[in-house]
Amino acid sequence: MTLPETTIEKELRTTESEQLDPLGSAANRRRTFRPRVRRFPWHRLVFIVPAFVIYTTFMVYPLLDSLRLSMFSDAGNFVGLDNFRTLFGDSTYSHAFWNALKHNVVFFLFHSLVQNPIALLLALLLTVQGVRGQAVYRTLIFVPTVLSVVVIGFIWSHILSPLWGIVDTPYLGQSSTALPTLSLMSVWQWVGIPMIFFYAVLIAIPHDIIEAAKVDGAGALRVFRSVTLPLILPMLGVITIVTFIANFNAFDLIYTVQGALAGPEFSSDILGTFFYRTAFGFQLQSGSDAMGATVATAMFLIILFGVLVYMFGWARRVQTYEM
Amino acid sequence: MRAGRKLGALLVGIIAIAIAIAAAASAQTKATTITIESWRTDDQSIWDTKIIPAFEKSHPDIKVKFAPTAPTEYNAALSARLKGGTAGDVVSCRPFDESLKLYQEGYLASLNGLSGLSNFGSVAKSAWITDDAKTTFCVPMASVIHGFIYNKDAFKKVGIAVPKTEAQFWAALAKIKKDGSYTPLALGTHDQWEAATMGFQNIGPNYWKGEAGRLALIAGTAKLTDKPYLNTFKSLAKWRPYLPKGASSVQYADAQNLFTSGRAAIYPAGSWEIAGFTAKAKFKMGAFKPPLPAGQKTCYISDHTDIAMGLNAHSKNATAAKTFLTWVASPEFGSLYANALPGFFSLQTKPVSLKDPLAKTFVSWRGQCKSTIRNSYQILSRGNPNLENELWATSAGVLNGTMTPAQATSRLQKGLNKWYHPKKK
Repeated sequence: MTLPETTIEKELRTTESEQLDPLGSAANRRRTFRPRVRRFPWHRLVFIVPAFVIYTTFMVYPLLDSLRLSMFSDAGNFVGLDNFRTLFGDSTYSHAFWNALKHNVVFFLFHSLVQNPIALLLALLLTVQGVRGQAVYRTLIFVPTVLSVVVIGFIWSHILSPLWGIVDTPYLGQSSTALPTLSLMSVWQWVGIPMIFFYAVLIAIPHDIIEAAKVDGAGALRVFRSVTLPLILPMLGVITIVTFIANFNAFDLIYTVQGALAGPEFSSDILGTFFYRTAFGFQLQSGSDAMGATVATAMFLIILFGVLVYMFGWARRVQTYEM
Repeated sequence: MRAGRKLGALLVGIIAIAIAIAAAASAQTKATTITIESWRTDDQSIWDTKIIPAFEKSHPDIKVKFAPTAPTEYNAALSARLKGGTAGDVVSCRPFDESLKLYQEGYLASLNGLSGLSNFGSVAKSAWITDDAKTTFCVPMASVIHGFIYNKDAFKKVGIAVPKTEAQFWAALAKIKKDGSYTPLALGTHDQWEAATMGFQNIGPNYWKGEAGRLALIAGTAKLTDKPYLNTFKSLAKWRPYLPKGASSVQYADAQNLFTSGRAAIYPAGSWEIAGFTAKAKFKMGAFKPPLPAGQKTCYISDHTDIAMGLNAHSKNATAAKTFLTWVASPEFGSLYANALPGFFSLQTKPVSLKDPLAKTFVSWRGQCKSTIRNSYQILSRGNPNLENELWATSAGVLNGTMTPAQATSRLQKGLNKWYHPKKK
């Protein structure tokens, strides 16, 4: 047996023992240091209350109120689920809704199948030993994420303009290509975020584990498959769910590049732009608070469903390793 | 304790000074100050340097403040301020339903009986009148006229005359395309509204006979599947080969730049472009009205009522505000405004003399043709789907070749059938 393996074994054992007996040691400590009079822990409130108040006022309350609003008419009368009946029953709304939802799914697929694999690949390249200028690449790839969406949209729509740009095909002007083009623009902008997440996990993998695998005769691919991948799998889940939430809430890029009508012929319309038109109106179409809240609630439920699937279908099953 | 007392003394001092200043200020301004709400942020300097001084000169007891909000926020911000009671005394009115709603909710006062309203014709007032045509609630200020702006140098170089009929128009387009130095028509469909506003609403009035056709649609005696609308789309479809490369992704600003940089020959326009184009273009420009369809003698133009001013029903300075509105209805204001903002034409029946040559051409059509407004603005865009946005989509579709004229008209009528039933009323 070689030296590194024994170290790992020892490490594993210590983490295991800590995991097995976390309550016991904590209980021991409490017994030793318990004060004679139990005082109310005011200091904890000081830490919790500001965040609680701000979060409740600006996040929880508006969210609940918008759920409430979806059950009222614009005039303020309680209508139960009538708004949802309109949303799914009236073809003017339901058509647009399913159309937008379908586009959201496409948008998400592009991100999870193109953006995240590329991000992982980039992160792996950035952690390869002995490549020069890694910090420069890391920064450059991350830069688009800090740029304004307006800037990104403006630059790309000019690059892709047959009039001023480098292509002859109006990619943003054809129903068949508009949404994929926008998805890839978004991928280009945001690839830095999952890359940094992957990078952070990758550099946290102890070298000795990888070295041990190499000593055992594993090649680069085998190391990735059997050592690296299992270790980054939890992060892959986190990134996928974050991507899912961001994609189903997306609005700004499409609105900037294609406008609220998400043309041509609603071929790039997503739930965000559909919500915007419904709630705030557009040109001569007047907005409706109630229907807007209804669309928002539907979006909330879709995202909630996705998060639940993640939590029970993935997060509880995937194995995490202590390193 | 001492620090506290010092702070208290300081506060008292500050308050005393503030009161003194306020008293001095109020002593100085015996005049009433009225505030104008508007979405025309671009016009701030014109109001401050030209229009307001002219008014204050003849009305020394009234001070006017022009306080615009960004156009995209105007409707929401104004309605919030009206509800909260903090809105200005004079309110700029969007045409038709947006303002009608404010009147019905009691935020805009009736202006019936305001002297000066007699300076306006019925088309001018139609955008700010109740459905029964009994109450006017805003003083019409300006309209925008549709037509075509062309590059005079390009026409000379290619050797074409200004087209009067559609046949001449298409021949000219073909000739420009063959010559190859210019894009014949600077128009894109990316933002959709240009296709409808500068395309459909520009040439359409000739086909549906202006007001007669527009009112027949509202009355329900005409349908959007009728010949005039089908023919408008058919005519529009002929523009397709002459649009810029990749027109479906050409945005409004792209088309503007294409024309003002001298790379296009004709720009289907609205008169609001005049000021911007004059500042940017280095070549001579002219304008021609929508060419006449074969066999037609009478011409019709879209002279769209765009902006007006009304009175906040809860204004504390209603008398002063009414004085101001009476002045807005006067020929003096009409001339001042139309010349300060070429392309925004006075709606008064008495013609205003203009200095800008391009604006003069546009406004001269009023004497030669019959005026109408965009047919989707009154009543027909109240429901869902609203006709205006449907027109955007169908006009863009026809220009892109993704929709036939017949498909476009049947979709428009289907959309309208969903919620608009004029005969049932």
